[in-house]
Amino acid sequence: MNHQRRDTLKAGGGLGVLGLLAAAGMIKPEMANAAWNQTAFEAKNMDAAFAAFSAGKPAESADVVITAPDIAENGAVVPVGVVSKLPKTEQIVIMIEKNPNMVAATFNLPEGTVADVQTRVKMGQTSDVYAMVKADGKFYMAKKEVKVTLGGCGG
Amino acid sequence: MSMNRREFMQMLAVAAAGGMTLHSNFARAEKAAEALYDLPPFGNVSLLHMTDCHAQLLPIYFREPNVNLGVGSMRGNAPHIVGEGFLKHFGIKPGSLEAHAFTYLDFVEAARTYGKVGGFAHLATLVRKMKASRPGALLLDGGDTWQGSGTALWTNAQDMVDACKLLGVDVMTLHWESSYGADRVKEIEEKDFAGKIDIVAQNVKTTDFEDPVFKPYVIKNINGVPVAIVGQAFPYTPIANPRWQTPDWSFGIRDEEMQQAVDAARAEGAQVVVVLSHNGMDVDLKMASRVTGIDAIFGGHTHDGMPAPTVVENAGGKTLVTNAGSNGKFLGVMDFDVRNGKVADFRYKLLPVFSNLLPADPEMAAFIDRTRAPFLEKLTEKLAVTEGLLYRRGNFNGSWDQLIVDALIAEKDAEIAFSPGFRWGTSLLPGDTITMEHLLDQTAITYPWTTLTEMSGEMIKTVLEDVADNLFNPDPYYQQGGDMVRVGGLQYTCDPNAAMGKRIDNMMLKGKRIEPNKTYKVAGWAPVSEEAKDSGPAVWDVVANYLRSQKVITQRTLNLPTLKGMDGNPGVAI
Repeated sequence: MNHQRRDTLKAGGGLGVLGLLAAAGMIKPEMANAAWNQTAFEAKNMDAAFAAFSAGKPAESADVVITAPDIAENGAVVPVGVVSKLPKTEQIVIMIEKNPNMVAATFNLPEGTVADVQTRVKMGQTSDVYAMVKADGKFYMAKKEVKVTLGGCGG
Repeated sequence: MSMNRREFMQMLAVAAAGGMTLHSNFARAEKAAEALYDLPPFGNVSLLHMTDCHAQLLPIYFREPNVNLGVGSMRGNAPHIVGEGFLKHFGIKPGSLEAHAFTYLDFVEAARTYGKVGGFAHLATLVRKMKASRPGALLLDGGDTWQGSGTALWTNAQDMVDACKLLGVDVMTLHWESSYGADRVKEIEEKDFAGKIDIVAQNVKTTDFEDPVFKPYVIKNINGVPVAIVGQAFPYTPIANPRWQTPDWSFGIRDEEMQQAVDAARAEGAQVVVVLSHNGMDVDLKMASRVTGIDAIFGGHTHDGMPAPTVVENAGGKTLVTNAGSNGKFLGVMDFDVRNGKVADFRYKLLPVFSNLLPADPEMAAFIDRTRAPFLEKLTEKLAVTEGLLYRRGNFNGSWDQLIVDALIAEKDAEIAFSPGFRWGTSLLPGDTITMEHLLDQTAITYPWTTLTEMSGEMIKTVLEDVADNLFNPDPYYQQGGDMVRVGGLQYTCDPNAAMGKRIDNMMLKGKRIEPNKTYKVAGWAPVSEEAKDSGPAVWDVVANYLRSQKVITQRTLNLPTLKGMDGNPGVAI
């Protein structure tokens, strides 16, 4: 039962999820290249990352919720999800404090989009994961520690 | 099959007359057994709970720890209390049968008096007795059932699968089971267990689309009351054990999904909701404070035998958290009085399984004999005699692990040796013969390879810090529930209260400081990375060679770290 969906997709001509979505006209190629924030993705510390978005020091908000494992099962693909309950959420940014380049992903949300995103990030070591949200022109954030361990030795 | 009290006492008397090995003080023990096992029924819904038996089909000795530290908010609270403090906390009389069952105090002497514990034939008698006095009672198995013995390993878990069916397990969840590989687990679920035993685990999903791998819960009707049993597998299985064994399964704690499962079960009409958990007790306690609507969490993994539940308050009411020890040593009995659609009252007792006080169930005994027969020659090979007590459990070391790291250093010509902080593994008394079976009780896993690695001083520190954080992180959700890696050759200082990366200090080897840039020869076993498959001979072969050459194993001196900041902590008695 658990392999069904993946097998169906594999059987779908090897297009993969993005390919299928693109084929269905849901993602246009130019959307992927829109508003690429070069400075942000090259930021080497948190202050520089915030600055690249002109975010100042965002206030922590309980309306921004990060879903991520407490301990990563595989540091190379850590599932991270962010939900913003703030009205007029227009952007969600995921940052990994201890990564050489902090900014892992930015999502620009067209008006009316449900602010609920998910991706996989690479983490070399235990770090705080930040979610920064721009809503109605203002910046907010939340953070959560994700531990990356060597493994082994479990009871 | 059921058995009333009179039949039980008759059976006990027959067993005694038939030469059952009871110490001279039989009358006292018989009275104790009557008092222990004649548990008055209560309420209308009963659940029996066993966990972490680690495939021990025969009676064994198991010494409880004298080091089980709690840090931060966990300091001094159950389960982090040992020895006399434990007796005081739970109101147990020193020197009693229960004192021996629940603590390490006077272990050798008391073990000689009261005999071995556990064994599926004796557990079966107790289960049948409890089911007879509690109609409709279900038997829940918290997992770590298929791993921990030579026969479980050699039969690919089949001996335990069949034993659990015979024992009458109704519902189970998982941890070490997964180390037989995802395909084997699903095969057992779909073939052997079909229509007999439900595997439940709300926190196991596929890595790609997060589809459920197992049923999150089942609802069983007990005397007209719908009872939901939600499963929680060990959240860190693919981290603590090899990822390659379950490559398509993702685990994790998943509080929110637990809440959804509980709410869904209530919406389906469940009047009682319990969680069968392999979280470990600290994680269970935190989960109980965050998730609402759970009447009780029956916990395992950390092998804490808790005589009474911890009552945790949360936004929705109260949740009971129990933990039922390990190695078949205990059976938890929870009686609920369910009135007007909810739990009105409860009684809980964690019954120690004293093999000499519970006659063997003939059917189970015959099954165990049949299962072991093809392997007897291998199992009973005499490797050496131990002069001292051999045990494993404890936060930092045990004499069994000391013996393993001593053997690794000698056999692999290493300077330092590591042995994982497993909490399973039985005990042997001074003068006992160490057989191959006993050695396998400490080592029987599906990734038993030994390793010899050139490791920098810096890397050694990283390893120790990493494992220490898995044990002493002040937030239980970041813990993994094992003990500290056992270390041979190397001395160090440990400050459990310190932050990650700052707990380990003063690492010394033969009187010299460990240098960060120097490399050292480090032996180990149970590597989790896929690249380390078949890295070296199985650990039991390496240790068996050592034991055969030594013949007599002298009392081991435990290599323990110097502890900082733990004075007066009720979780340590050295």
